[in-house]
Amino acid sequence: MAIGVKVMKRPETDVSYIRATLKGMRLTFKHMFETKVTMQYPEEKATRDDRGAWALSPRWRGTHRMLTDEQGRSKCVACGLCPQICPANCIKLVPGEDEHGNRYPLIYEIDEFRCVFCGYCQEVCPEEAIHVGQHYENSEYSRGRFVYDLERLHSQTHAVSTLWDPTDPAGE
Amino acid sequence: MSPEMKGFLLLSVIKLIFVFTVILVGVAMLTLMERKVSAWMQNRRGPNRVGWAGLLQPAADGLKNILKEETLPRQSSRVIFVLAPALSFIPALMLSAVIPFAAPLQLDFDFTLGVLGRFVHHGAMPMVVADVPIGFLFVLAISSLGIYGIALAGWASNSKYSLLGGLRASAQMVSYEVAMGMSLIPILLLTGNVSFSAIIAAQHTLWFVLPLFLSFFLFLVSGFAETNRLPFDLPEAESELIAGYHTEYSAMKFSMFFIAEYANVVTVSAMVATLFFGGWDIPFTHWDESGTWLAVLASGVFFFLKTFFWIFFVMWIRWTLPRFRYDQLMALGWKVMLPLALGYIMVTAGAVWLLDSVLGISSELMRMLLLTALNLVIAVWVFRLLDRGAIISGSESRRFRLEAAKAAANATFVGRENAPVTL
Repeated sequence: MAIGVKVMKRPETDVSYIRATLKGMRLTFKHMFETKVTMQYPEEKATRDDRGAWALSPRWRGTHRMLTDEQGRSKCVACGLCPQICPANCIKLVPGEDEHGNRYPLIYEIDEFRCVFCGYCQEVCPEEAIHVGQHYENSEYSRGRFVYDLERLHSQTHAVSTLWDPTDPAGE
Repeated sequence: MSPEMKGFLLLSVIKLIFVFTVILVGVAMLTLMERKVSAWMQNRRGPNRVGWAGLLQPAADGLKNILKEETLPRQSSRVIFVLAPALSFIPALMLSAVIPFAAPLQLDFDFTLGVLGRFVHHGAMPMVVADVPIGFLFVLAISSLGIYGIALAGWASNSKYSLLGGLRASAQMVSYEVAMGMSLIPILLLTGNVSFSAIIAAQHTLWFVLPLFLSFFLFLVSGFAETNRLPFDLPEAESELIAGYHTEYSAMKFSMFFIAEYANVVTVSAMVATLFFGGWDIPFTHWDESGTWLAVLASGVFFFLKTFFWIFFVMWIRWTLPRFRYDQLMALGWKVMLPLALGYIMVTAGAVWLLDSVLGISSELMRMLLLTALNLVIAVWVFRLLDRGAIISGSESRRFRLEAAKAAANATFVGRENAPVTL
């Protein structure tokens, strides 16, 4: 106690060292023969449909996806709400207008490196065009590929997130 | 050079190559085993990607370590920094040279090999690289040298974590070295010899683990401390010191510390197997001493199995027990292990004197069995005390006991004063 070590007050009567050690060793030995829980990742994957041990939550917020209408055009009307609300400032939107006065995005880019995956863009979108997706495999060979342009956002096919609703916390 | 000398040299070189190959490959496989065992104990699978069931993982690790950049911290003492891994690596490998790994082989040959001349060997060949007469003294001496590597690595790194790791390592090694040496004295009392061959020969009646149980226990615990394995891995305590003495090391230099640690684990396991579990001895038979190739092979397998069990045991303990606190470590070493070992030497010496001189028991088996009975009593008593924390307890708990006693005394005093007066 010369250097002021803090010593925990432990119950004196039921102290056990050897028995506790043996008990611990029995436990670890038993665990050696139990079923392994490791997911063998590239072969097994956490998918949306899998409601088993490796289910991906439906409100998981992954990389973005832009939905299209029946003609394959972007649902986005370039209202500018998503770049406005984006806390990470990662959405770049240049609006355009066709001969009928319909607004559409000329440039729509999301920098996935800057994105914080809050899901506000999906929440704020009046046309339900931009979505965060249930997707987690995002590897690329260059940094530049992480700025998703409109074409890239259109071609994504993964399932989209159902965001968490504060009025319905359990998701019912 | 005489033909006998040449024969001896030839055999020694062959054994040397064999032992070092086995040790180095074995150590590589141990790194895999450690990861596998730890994985299984945590319900994981462990490495299983490289090769079948991950068997090539050590090769992949080795390749990675060779290709990695060697870093050298600024203002480190370069010579010592580079020297330190070798200083802990070499003693670790040297130890494997003196442990017999199989029964002696009856080998006779006499042939001429071109310009090299005539090679002759007759009689039993001990299956050990160097059958040194100083036996386990050599192991104790050389294993202590490993601390130079660790302490110098800590000093040369110019890093506070390394320095602390090195300091802890040297303090720990010095403390447990004493208990380790003392725990082996009872073997000396029983066999009268320190050479491994003689100790194995003395265990043909009964393995020393029974008549010298406490010795075995003390040796095992100090062996853990000597190899810096959990629960005594304070020199590298990753939660406090990052990686302790090898924080600043990278690539192959780090690998050498790693290999040294596992080589030490192998040595301690082999020592336990040799000193307390009969070495290569196959129980209940004397066929293993016949000196034929088959007997040698079988005894080698037995030695491997025993060593392997203790290696597994070391890993088992590592993934079961948490790390000691530094003051607990020192208290265990100096206040428990050393007095126990010293007391045990006295008890064993007394018992041996009683059995030999007073009772005059000539039967080796009877002698061993009586010692076993004595050890059973001692073991139960010691374990009971250890288990209850009666031998080792913090000064705080002693204070509690004192206060409790005082409080009890006061309570009775107060009680008497306030007690209703009965007429």
